[in-house]
Amino acid sequence: METIYAYTLISAALIFGICGAGTAIAFGNLGGKLIESSARQPELAPRLQTQFFLVAGFVDVISIIGVGMAMLFIFAVPFQV
Amino acid sequence: MAAEEHAVEGAQEHAPQYATGGEYIQHHLGFLVFGQKEDGHWGFAHSEEEAKDMGFWSLNVDTMGISLVLGLIFLALFKTVSKKATSGVPGGLQNAIEMIVEMVQGNVKNTFHAKNDYIAPLSLTIFCWVFLMNLMDLVPVDVIPLLAQTIAGDSHLYFKAVPSTDVNITAGLALSVFIMIIYYSIKIKGVGGFFAELAFHPFGKWALPLNLVMELPAFLAKPVSLALRLFGNLFAGEVIFLVIALLGWFQLPLHFAWAVFHILVITLQAYLFMMLTIVYLNQAHNDH
Repeated sequence: METIYAYTLISAALIFGICGAGTAIAFGNLGGKLIESSARQPELAPRLQTQFFLVAGFVDVISIIGVGMAMLFIFAVPFQV
Repeated sequence: MAAEEHAVEGAQEHAPQYATGGEYIQHHLGFLVFGQKEDGHWGFAHSEEEAKDMGFWSLNVDTMGISLVLGLIFLALFKTVSKKATSGVPGGLQNAIEMIVEMVQGNVKNTFHAKNDYIAPLSLTIFCWVFLMNLMDLVPVDVIPLLAQTIAGDSHLYFKAVPSTDVNITAGLALSVFIMIIYYSIKIKGVGGFFAELAFHPFGKWALPLNLVMELPAFLAKPVSLALRLFGNLFAGEVIFLVIALLGWFQLPLHFAWAVFHILVITLQAYLFMMLTIVYLNQAHNDH
């Protein structure tokens, strides 16, 4: 039982960490590009912002599903024996 | 904030004592399940095992009831405001609702290029309904369950307040959108056109199996990602609220901070669900 808990926690930590890293890179790129293009063409900024939020949703879905799964693993341990 | 504090104190007085924080959270992740019990008669499950034994033919009464009530609130509110709408100086409520309607209308006009009168009302409904369901997350985590326990007089009953933390609700919404995508794809392009889009698209018709392997998962991923995005965001938010609720007095500023951040998540997820519905339906209407 303790081994299962330990492995569950390690896997949850891995999910959090890797998901966080991927999303961080993606959001860095995304935000940087948004600011860059808004600076180039300020009149397009509102339209770019809608697109930005749309893509932000695409970007964070995997990580947020991962976080949800990790939370489930931690608190509702599904592998009880 | 005061309500939160009151709820937690109330929880310590009335509700069953939880041995560990994990037990508290686990209890708060359950649902009020209605179904057939092992002895054959129908009723509410009193424990998690009992709920599991009911299998497929069971109903999460709490999330379904709250989502239906919220849907009715949305309809009633919009109906009364539109009946009372004036072309003179509008009141605050009419202003707010006009803002929402105009926002949705603008998004549909920018994103949806075919002609279909059904899309804008659908988007408005999705946006407002999902927003209201997400908004239940800002009600302190113990208030509604405690109310339900007090009314029912049963301390083991758990009443879930946030419908969108139930994957059944989000999957139901996503499935209806998926059915609409298929319906409009077949209606606009015909069965052959719809199949051709899946089978002949990236590499031409001589690589049909490869095309299917590439296109079908992308097609089937639409409802799955739609449902899991909303569910995952709200579930993670709810669990963090629950974790914060275990902290004693420190929870007050933390709850406030997380609630403020969560307002963004709530609105963004409602907006995203609406936008993605419009985008997917626009693809379904797009005849190459």
